[in-house]
Amino acid sequence: MTKAGTEALLQSELAKIAPDIDVAEIDRKADLRDEFDIDSMDFLTLVTALSKELGFEIPERDYARMGSYADAVDYLAGFAGQ
Amino acid sequence: MPSLGADMAAGTLVEWLKAPGDTVARGDILAVVETQKGAIEIEVFEDGVLGKFLAQVGDKVPVGTPLANIAPEGTDPGDLADIPPEKARAAQVHTQPVPPEKPAIIASAPLPKTDGHRLKATPAARRLAQQHQINLSDISVPPGKEISLADVEGLVKDPDTETSKFAMRDAIAAAMSRSKREIPHYYLSHIVDITGAESFVSGINADRAPADRLLLGAVFAKAVSRALRKYPEFNGHFSDNRFVASQTAHIGMAINLRGGGLVAPALHDAQEKSLDDLMNALRDLVGRVRAGRFRARELTDPTITISSLGERGVEQLFGVIYPPQVAILGFGTPMDRPWAYGGKIALRRTVTLTLAADHRVSDGHRGALFLNAIEKLLQKPETL
Repeated sequence: MTKAGTEALLQSELAKIAPDIDVAEIDRKADLRDEFDIDSMDFLTLVTALSKELGFEIPERDYARMGSYADAVDYLAGFAGQ
Repeated sequence: MPSLGADMAAGTLVEWLKAPGDTVARGDILAVVETQKGAIEIEVFEDGVLGKFLAQVGDKVPVGTPLANIAPEGTDPGDLADIPPEKARAAQVHTQPVPPEKPAIIASAPLPKTDGHRLKATPAARRLAQQHQINLSDISVPPGKEISLADVEGLVKDPDTETSKFAMRDAIAAAMSRSKREIPHYYLSHIVDITGAESFVSGINADRAPADRLLLGAVFAKAVSRALRKYPEFNGHFSDNRFVASQTAHIGMAINLRGGGLVAPALHDAQEKSLDDLMNALRDLVGRVRAGRFRARELTDPTITISSLGERGVEQLFGVIYPPQVAILGFGTPMDRPWAYGGKIALRRTVTLTLAADHRVSDGHRGALFLNAIEKLLQKPETL
């Protein structure tokens, strides 16, 4: 999967959890959970869905590397390239 | 029509999901009802055969009024048609009985049928369709597919989601006004070291697939349910001027809804569930609440409520008890604090635990012991 592909995946999973938030409107460098107003259960749902789609179990210790939208895109692209 | 909240007077029948003559079992979803809290699925509470429906789609039915008759299995459903509602066992949700305010409405129109198969739609979709008087059978979806909220939204010319937001706010206002009017609250607060509980959770999650991971919230709920065994005066319902302690703990989990409002449906039988089972139940409950799909029993059964601010909140919350319950526990946002630990000052992870409880039932002394018991359990998460 390309970086654009992983970003599209992230966007589509976020849209399921936070349908009221437009990705175009957010601050991509700010806290992901604040920008999308998601709690720890929503975040776990997101990680579960992304892991399933990417065929890779995102470890809990890597949650910190998905702190902002931009970080999450970079982090997921790292897997896609492997 | 079950009472789904302290101040609910009536509910509007949106759809029957069973037909007269169907064999039903306890727990089956019988109908969808529109209330101030949104579209709620009504469950059957005894096994048997469905008789005549006593209300029809679109009726606003007062709380306590029978919706349908249920006869023991083996009865010819045809025989049921003539049984007056007061003689038949009515399909009712397990809740305090409320006397009907007016006679049951007898259905005379045939069931809406759609080419012999039942329409499938999410409760949120039903609600919106109902609000805008859209006929669900006018919506075309591929065979076997459920009508979603988006399908209905496509037909709404002027989406007026504000209406349901106001209804939700009204429901919260009614319940909380009653609480503040009737319940003499007292409040306690206690800071608890959860460093051990957090590392217990991350230790377990390190080797687990995301779908099997724990959240700290499940650990809190488990600790509370265990502590309640020794402090039953915080677990139950106060009604008709007396408190009845519950034999089991159904923990209401306050869940905020996107776009405003909150509900606190039950995690059933929390004491009997393992930590993993409790986490699975929590995941399932939050998922269904977010999708607008929870059950009547989940709203009426909680015997105590937990409100947890999560990771993006503030230090502490002062809860308002949800009647007829007698206590609400608040877990503030976990925070690092300089803390006396092992004879030194150390940086520890802490949470501020609060209790609002009903002075008609308990006193601050017992409340304090209850909070201490929760604290002790959280120091040994591996025993939960």
